Amino acid sequence: MEAVASMAFQVPDMTPALPEIFVLTMACIILVVDVFLPERRRALTYLLSLATLAGAGILTLALHEAEPRVTFGGSFVADTMADVLKVFIYLVVATVFVYSRRYLAERGLFRGEFFTLGLFAVLGMMVMVSARSLLTLYLGLELLSLSLYAMVALQRDSARAAEAAMKYFVLGALASGILLYGMSVLYGVAGTLDLAELGAQLSGPAARDPALVYATVFVLVGLGFKLGAVPFHMWVPDIYHGSATAVTVFIGTAPKMAGFALLIRLLAEGMQGLHVHWGQLLIVLAVLSMAVGNVVAIAQRNLKRMLAYSAIAHAGYLLLGIVTGSAEGYAASMFYVIVYAIMSLGAFGMILLLSRQGFEADHLEDFKGLNERSPWLAFIMAVLMFSMAGIPPFLGFWAKFTVLQAVVRAELVWLAVVGVVFAIVGAYYYLRVVKLMYFDRPQGSAPLPAGGEARFLVSVNGLAVLLLGIYPTGLMALCAGSFAAGG
Amino acid sequence: MISLSDFLVVGALLFCLSVAGIFINRKNMIVLLMAIELMLLAVNLNFIAFAHYLGDVAGQVFVFFILTVAAAESAIGLAILVVLFRNRRTINVQQLDSLKG
Repeated sequence: MEAVASMAFQVPDMTPALPEIFVLTMACIILVVDVFLPERRRALTYLLSLATLAGAGILTLALHEAEPRVTFGGSFVADTMADVLKVFIYLVVATVFVYSRRYLAERGLFRGEFFTLGLFAVLGMMVMVSARSLLTLYLGLELLSLSLYAMVALQRDSARAAEAAMKYFVLGALASGILLYGMSVLYGVAGTLDLAELGAQLSGPAARDPALVYATVFVLVGLGFKLGAVPFHMWVPDIYHGSATAVTVFIGTAPKMAGFALLIRLLAEGMQGLHVHWGQLLIVLAVLSMAVGNVVAIAQRNLKRMLAYSAIAHAGYLLLGIVTGSAEGYAASMFYVIVYAIMSLGAFGMILLLSRQGFEADHLEDFKGLNERSPWLAFIMAVLMFSMAGIPPFLGFWAKFTVLQAVVRAELVWLAVVGVVFAIVGAYYYLRVVKLMYFDRPQGSAPLPAGGEARFLVSVNGLAVLLLGIYPTGLMALCAGSFAAGG
Repeated sequence: MISLSDFLVVGALLFCLSVAGIFINRKNMIVLLMAIELMLLAVNLNFIAFAHYLGDVAGQVFVFFILTVAAAESAIGLAILVVLFRNRRTINVQQLDSLKG
């Protein structure tokens, strides 16, 4: 207590957190501006939101330094990993906004709430990615989760969306509670909330405290829920299926990157000394996720549900890199999660693009004969599906390759074999979509929606998966650079 | 003198009660929200006990943040509950089964 009283209050250095402050200010301004906008001027909210993301991107890039900058009493850090992930979060969320515009407008959901909640979710992800203490990590996670619950419930007249929102809320709150309980025990053993100090404490003699096994289990159950890893995955398909597709694409892309940052900050920085415990448990989660996700996806007739099980399977591959406990493995996982976000962005973007008023385009049958109706879109979707299946030369192949390479280097060859086997099982349901598009007769002859800028962006998205797959070294180097200095 | 372990046992009991409340309760959604609040209170008790016995204020600061987040969380939870009730005319947990597969 005395220490606190004697410490003179110092104004913290705000510059590392300028992007966060900017997004927060803009989100509040947009919230107020939107209230005074007449319905026909709603596009201004949308444009301001895109401008906010662009501005945050410029700030993040302009402020970037190779050395990590710590501020706010050590509870906030802007390092290379944080900056890279933030830039991808802005890119992905901006693309989500562009993809969803027409979909939202046709369903009466083109309201300011979607964009302000989206920006607050972005702020939550930024805080999570830059967290350097258990407190900031938790606050970022909650800001993200609370915004997402509200976004799912945004479609107020849909019983399915309300049910999905309730399930998401209850399981998300349960996960936060379990994670917090684990954090409280960590705090009790180490006596600090600072992740760097926690990491130092837990690699010393304190690491032998039996209470830490208890804490690790709670933390991992909480993380498992948040990531949607088996056996804590049951909410994922329901939420993906029940939400409006514009919300599903939001939930299914950028928060995955924030979830990866949560894993790294908590496990790799705070609990590296306990790798013997969490490494073993994560292997179980990873194997189960790859198995259940890939096998159950085969039985799905709804594309959103299929992509939800595919997300569970991909979470398993993401965990493979973390399991190794090495900087190489973390970099591989980071590459994987960025690639996954880009691919699923494209796949959900395609569902949004093909949907029209009163028609969701989320059944596998809706993709039958797409090649006859639009060869270009069928080609883009085929690229995305091949990439998700992990077939060379597409980007998804390199993602799986780097993760499996890290696993083999960590002398877990059997785990790599399991990963490859389930990747082959998974290829079946991705290729089934390609078969439906190219070899089946189209159902119904309603013209495809024009698309406009969303169609252009989906094409860019698909081509990025193809071109980055041919030249993957730049993105890989970016991820490896984030972990070059040992975290 | 109450020892640290006493607090931790109470915290663990509250936590178990809340988890049981979430999984055993098959009837009322409001009880579910209450169980979630109870879980956060169990965590708060843990943090306060540790902060007291460690002589460190950081844990108590964390508790203030958890309380604030819990208030926001229950506001959103109740709002979702209202939306759900308007759509389905029920808050029975067992009838939340239209999404499956």
